[in-house]
Amino acid sequence: MNGNALLLTIRLAGIVAAVLLIAGLPIAYWIAFSRRRWKFLVEAIVALPLVLPPTVLGFYLLVALGSRSPVGRWWMSLTGHTLAFTFEGLVIGSIIYSLPFAVQPFAASFAAVDPALLAASATLGVGRWKTFFRVVLPLSLPGVITGLALSFAHTLGEFGVVLMIGGNIPSVTKTVSIDIYDLVQAGEYGSANRAALLLLAISFVTLSLIYALNRRVGAVWPFK
Amino acid sequence: MPETLPNAGNSPSDANALSVAVCGLLGNPFALDVAFVAEPGITILFGPSGSGKTTLLNCVAGLAAPAAGRISAGERVLFDSTRQIDVPVARRGIGYVFQDLALFPHLSVGANVEYGLGSLAAAERRSRSQSLLESFHISHLRERKPGDISGGERQRVALARALVTDPCVLLLDEPLSGLDAPTRSHLLRDLHAWNDARRIPVLYVTHMREEVFALGERVLVLQAGRLLAHGSPYEVLEKPRHEAIAEFAGIENRFDGTVVALHEAQGTLTCRLTEAEEGRMVELEIPLAHRHPGMPVRVAIRAGDIMLATMPPQGISARNVLPGRLISLGRMDTTVIAQVDCGVRFEVHLTPAAEKALELRPGREVWLVIKTHSCHILRSGS
Repeated sequence: MNGNALLLTIRLAGIVAAVLLIAGLPIAYWIAFSRRRWKFLVEAIVALPLVLPPTVLGFYLLVALGSRSPVGRWWMSLTGHTLAFTFEGLVIGSIIYSLPFAVQPFAASFAAVDPALLAASATLGVGRWKTFFRVVLPLSLPGVITGLALSFAHTLGEFGVVLMIGGNIPSVTKTVSIDIYDLVQAGEYGSANRAALLLLAISFVTLSLIYALNRRVGAVWPFK
Repeated sequence: MPETLPNAGNSPSDANALSVAVCGLLGNPFALDVAFVAEPGITILFGPSGSGKTTLLNCVAGLAAPAAGRISAGERVLFDSTRQIDVPVARRGIGYVFQDLALFPHLSVGANVEYGLGSLAAAERRSRSQSLLESFHISHLRERKPGDISGGERQRVALARALVTDPCVLLLDEPLSGLDAPTRSHLLRDLHAWNDARRIPVLYVTHMREEVFALGERVLVLQAGRLLAHGSPYEVLEKPRHEAIAEFAGIENRFDGTVVALHEAQGTLTCRLTEAEEGRMVELEIPLAHRHPGMPVRVAIRAGDIMLATMPPQGISARNVLPGRLISLGRMDTTVIAQVDCGVRFEVHLTPAAEKALELRPGREVWLVIKTHSCHILRSGS
């Protein structure tokens, strides 16, 4: 099995999960507490990657990040190369692809915090920002860890988006799932099996942790 | 909005008084229209559920927005629709004990009480919370979580948490609901002691009559978002003048009658109850009112104010002695509830000891004794 591919995959998943933790919390907070009428539009956009074929998402990202788009040109003037077929491009694609897996459990656990606690915090003279860190976040910890673990696990196993915008460059964009595809194409079933088993094990352990964390009678879905 | 603000107390307006005038709610069709001044001390907001008691507290706290009005605590204006003033909740300095308490479940009792003291040094926080924990007798629970203590202890924590920040007004939303009688009276004693020392306006929401009498220096009666009556608990609830108050103040016997005779020299009038069954005439002598013979009158009599005798009583001052028959005996806590048919149905409350001493059985012949001044004339509507 390709050790480089495994390291690359774990690095990618780690960065994506970390970015989604920081970027996902404010988005989830807004979704959970905003009373705007067009909130549903934002919710739909965040959830899009759940239903969109990865190739569709990958295609649009490729176009958006390529040398002919404004974003691509801006990046090129900055760094001298395009975002497409680079590790950075892969990170951006994976963040968008795993967004709902972080934001939805975050938002669900924020919304489950008793509104009376927020009112109580306000009457005690504590503002919204501090209330978030002193009340909302501590009480939503299982949901936040769930979102973190799900986005990590989901990034580990992605294939279509990676293939579309990352291509297949060893040590740069070649993740384990792409490696498995290559191995099967080359007829190396033994190596493919070892790599596949590893992904299966990591995914199973991650999901077991999530379910154990959210253990409730009758739970059928790790989201609250 | 009413033209004059009913002053809930008798003393002239205090420098710390809470003054409230609210009319309507933003984004809510509930027809709130209330104005009053609450002096330092406990003012009870009394009314049936859905009358707007909690909504009114939320307006004072800033958790609900009145469409129009003015709210001030002493000199500080908290809300004024004409001047576009709406002080945010976190800066109003109002203590609020919610109906479900809303203790932070992830924080210890000590951390809950210190929650509102974030800007102070740790030592100062500790000493202030300690003094509050001691005045409510819960300092031994400091390290425990709200989920590990009893309901009465949780109520004390919620009170201590609301008071530790030295609020200028205290709002209590049924803080004693769900507690047994001894726990309730201990908590009331501690709250009274605290309030005697501080003298800030306390708005105390309840729908329980007993609490009104145990606590209240004055009571405001709310119904469907409007102020129906105000005054001392005795004035408002013992001699209710409104049908609605008599109903939810728990006055069990209410009858329609017709005035048959006025006795102006005695200060009484005689009325005949119109609900009496065929062939039986039931007349009551009740306090004189501006009524003429033939006019309708509505009378309320508390079940606990009626005496029950097993022999025709003689030589007593009460003007109304009604013969009847005991229909049924029921029991609620330590109250025996007797239903008596005197031509109209009366409910009479007795003690278990009285029931035993009189050897009461359904079917037994009894006499009801009712003093003239136990009969209250009601105005219907508002």
